[in-house]
Amino acid sequence: MVVISDILVQGVQMLLVLVLAPLLTGFVRKIKARLVRRQGASIFQPYRDLLRLLRKEVVLADNASWLFRVTPYVTFAAIWVAAALVPTFATGLLFNWTADLIAIVALLGSARFFLALAGMDVGTSFGGIGSSREVMIAALAEPAMLLIFFCMALVAGSTQLSTVANLMASSYVGLRVSLGMAVIALIMVALAENARIPVDTPATHLELTMVHEAMVLEYSGRHLAMIEFGAFLKLLLYISLIACVFLPWKIALFGTGPLSYAIGAGAYIVKLAVAGFLLALFETATAKMRVFRVPQFLGAALMLGLLGTLLLFVSRSF
Amino acid sequence: MSAVVLQMDCVAGLLGLAVLAVVLSRSRIATAVIYSATLAVSAIALAGSLRWLLGGTADATELTLPIGLPWLGAHFRLDALASFFLVVVNLGGAAASLYGLGYGHHETAPYRVLPFFPAFLAGMNLVVLADDAFSYLLCWEFMSLASWALVMAHHREAGNARAGYIYLVMASFGTLALLLAFGLLAGPAGDYGFAAIRTAQHTPYVATLVLILMLLGAGSKAGLVPLHVWLPLAHPAAPSHVSALMSGVMTKVAIYGFIRVIFDLLGQPTWPASVVVLFLGGITAVMGILYAMMEKDLKRLLAYSTIENIGVIFASLGLAMAFQANGLKLAAALAFTAALFHVLNHSFFKSLLFFGAGAVLTSTGERDMDKLGGLIHRMPYTSFAVLVGCVAISALPPFNGFVSEWLMFQAVLQSPDLPQWALKIMVPAVGAMLALAAALAAACFVKAYGVAFLGRPRSVAAETAPEVDRYSLIAMFILAALCLLTGILPGLVIDALSPITIEILGGRMPIQANEPWLSIAPIAESRSSYNGLLVMVFITMSASLAVFFIHRFASHALRRGPAWGCGFSDPTPAAQYSSGSFAQPIRRVFGTLVFHARDHVDMPAPGDIRPARLRIELHDLIWERIYQPIAGAVGFSADRLNRLQFLTIRRYLSLVFATLVTLLLVLAIWS
Repeated sequence: MVVISDILVQGVQMLLVLVLAPLLTGFVRKIKARLVRRQGASIFQPYRDLLRLLRKEVVLADNASWLFRVTPYVTFAAIWVAAALVPTFATGLLFNWTADLIAIVALLGSARFFLALAGMDVGTSFGGIGSSREVMIAALAEPAMLLIFFCMALVAGSTQLSTVANLMASSYVGLRVSLGMAVIALIMVALAENARIPVDTPATHLELTMVHEAMVLEYSGRHLAMIEFGAFLKLLLYISLIACVFLPWKIALFGTGPLSYAIGAGAYIVKLAVAGFLLALFETATAKMRVFRVPQFLGAALMLGLLGTLLLFVSRSF
Repeated sequence: MSAVVLQMDCVAGLLGLAVLAVVLSRSRIATAVIYSATLAVSAIALAGSLRWLLGGTADATELTLPIGLPWLGAHFRLDALASFFLVVVNLGGAAASLYGLGYGHHETAPYRVLPFFPAFLAGMNLVVLADDAFSYLLCWEFMSLASWALVMAHHREAGNARAGYIYLVMASFGTLALLLAFGLLAGPAGDYGFAAIRTAQHTPYVATLVLILMLLGAGSKAGLVPLHVWLPLAHPAAPSHVSALMSGVMTKVAIYGFIRVIFDLLGQPTWPASVVVLFLGGITAVMGILYAMMEKDLKRLLAYSTIENIGVIFASLGLAMAFQANGLKLAAALAFTAALFHVLNHSFFKSLLFFGAGAVLTSTGERDMDKLGGLIHRMPYTSFAVLVGCVAISALPPFNGFVSEWLMFQAVLQSPDLPQWALKIMVPAVGAMLALAAALAAACFVKAYGVAFLGRPRSVAAETAPEVDRYSLIAMFILAALCLLTGILPGLVIDALSPITIEILGGRMPIQANEPWLSIAPIAESRSSYNGLLVMVFITMSASLAVFFIHRFASHALRRGPAWGCGFSDPTPAAQYSSGSFAQPIRRVFGTLVFHARDHVDMPAPGDIRPARLRIELHDLIWERIYQPIAGAVGFSADRLNRLQFLTIRRYLSLVFATLVTLLLVLAIWS
């Protein structure tokens, strides 16, 4: 009985992330449009886009290999699994212990690895430019990410997301300078990882400014739908990650019953909305930076993570 | 028959095969006979050592042969640590022999390879088994010379003679360092048996000197920066299955030597020593992979990536030393297990990748990635196996490379328990360097696979490449399967490694077999856990689910068309992204500092019709700043001393007389 309800909660989470991810992106786009006084498309537009792409035929380049056709499914699956393992509305999900924070990030790395390979598969320059820049950004983001996790693990004594969220939800932690630095650094890394402004822009189709979009330029139809869906899920995942570690407000603790699950889900949606609004606000207010300024941006994130860690060494109460 | 006798019998068999190969050398069946025989012998040795390692509690078994130093004899011993490294050596040996069955037929001069191949395997086995300093050094030299002969197998190819020469110089230097290290360990009494060294007390002064000498001796063989210079020259020069053995296995034998002396013979490590090892490991990891990123020769890229992995292993060993010095047994066992696990993993995927590079080399005759491309269409099986190797070496779940990196990061996260400030700050910094190295490794293997196997063929050879023979394919697929198996069932490996941590460190990780669902939890599940099997199952399930829904409900239509080139389709495959252009962003970010990299653009004036050119300037600063001055100084003094060769007999006699008197004077003043 207990197992069945656990499986149910885990299943609800897997479906919830799938349902909410396009909505979140639609919401961000809508807010961005409104901020520049455009009407903007409906917030349900991403669903329609996905359905439209699914109905269209796939145009495959002549020399595309099987790797090119498999990659959309592999990346989607890897991101979906990663998103299902981050506590969203409840901690202590059945399979939370399958992967800790490091493993979740590595799963996203697997997805990126295959996408970058697919960018190289057709043999056009766009794919190559996208792939090579994407792996450079990843190479810079990963050390910063590790130091942020290090800082978090120093406070929480764990890299298991459920444990971290439980601890952060208790009043024991409180406000800390080091965690403040970590959250700023994590937001910077998340912006880079999700190809958002100021690192990359998801809306551009101007060749030389593209990173992520250049990499997937050759995709069409159902393949493109899978990749777009993966990108939606990834944005949701990072917001959930930041929310569950730094803002575990009203998150349902393990085994607290359906009512608290419902409250947790409500709170989760509110958090997503707030985060989406802030993201749109930030993206409207800043410009994209040159690609070779990205190392400085991510270097700043690395230094913030390191500073946070060192502060914790000075005193555990910082 | 005791286990060590079985292993020594296998070694004797391998040495016998080396002799047989000399006898058979010109015959046509030699290749098939020798490789199948080495395969059989390696398989027996593998089974023996595996049985010993998994068998559990048996005490070390010893064997003394009446050869070597007359008052000492030659001691050989099999304990848990040795048996693990024998597994690595013989598994690599068996795989390389199987691969050689097919690959060896392409050899133009098999008599230059066949006798040395079994001898090389025997040498590596002997180093791991040796139990006194004299036989250890002898076997070490035997291994070095056999591998040198294999490096020189294709001695007429450009650059190989130089590679062999540099290898010989560096190997002699390494052996000299080891010789001095063992001399210090044996002390004035001169008892060279490992058992005596182990029980003796060593002063801190001796311990420090031994550490430095071991870092020089074992480090130069393993490829620690800045002693790595010979490695990217020599490893690719050998035939590919030998490259696999040198990179995947021989570097591990050097690591065995380091572990044996520093952890076992020297006793309790001190924390300042661990700082040195950690630092060198971190630097080696980052430098190795940056070099690999700049490389366009497939086999040299793999050799540089070996340097990165050696750095990762040394950093883990440094962590283990730090924890052990502070009595944190559990954390030390975790870091040490991570190091050993990475030793095993690296031997799998590096052998696999070198086999793949060899397959590409036999099919196309090319090692230059900028002349390859599109091989995934022409060599589908090889491409698949190499893809598995690339994913595994990039430390991505659910393959094995990720597990050892994950264990290592878990060990890094234990560092707040360390009392020393230097270590507290050092360990997270090294952790960040290792994360950087891991991310760069992924970038590097996207480049290697993307340029060589994907895209459009850049040469006729790549366009017409045939698939390789089935022996090579079987060898590659076995290793690929092992990469996946150890990735999804890491708990079994960790448990199998526990006798070693008990033997060397006196502590162990928690028993992983008790964890539910075959997951691994290094300290406790609430702290961190990982389940490769479930990750794999989940990914497969969700991918299948996605495929099912899409094929049930979405459009099936598919049309082939030309790739989109923004209205200007690339006329020539040479316009694709090459290895140099793929590395450009990383070259700009890191290369300006590390390699003094510069891009020179030669743009003709308007109206001028000569082509524009882009030239990349890279400097290997370690070679230019350290080795070239040393080589210059040696050459200079050799020129000066040359005069001594042309003296008259009277001058020689007076020289001898003066030397004798000086030496006697020194001795008289000394005592």
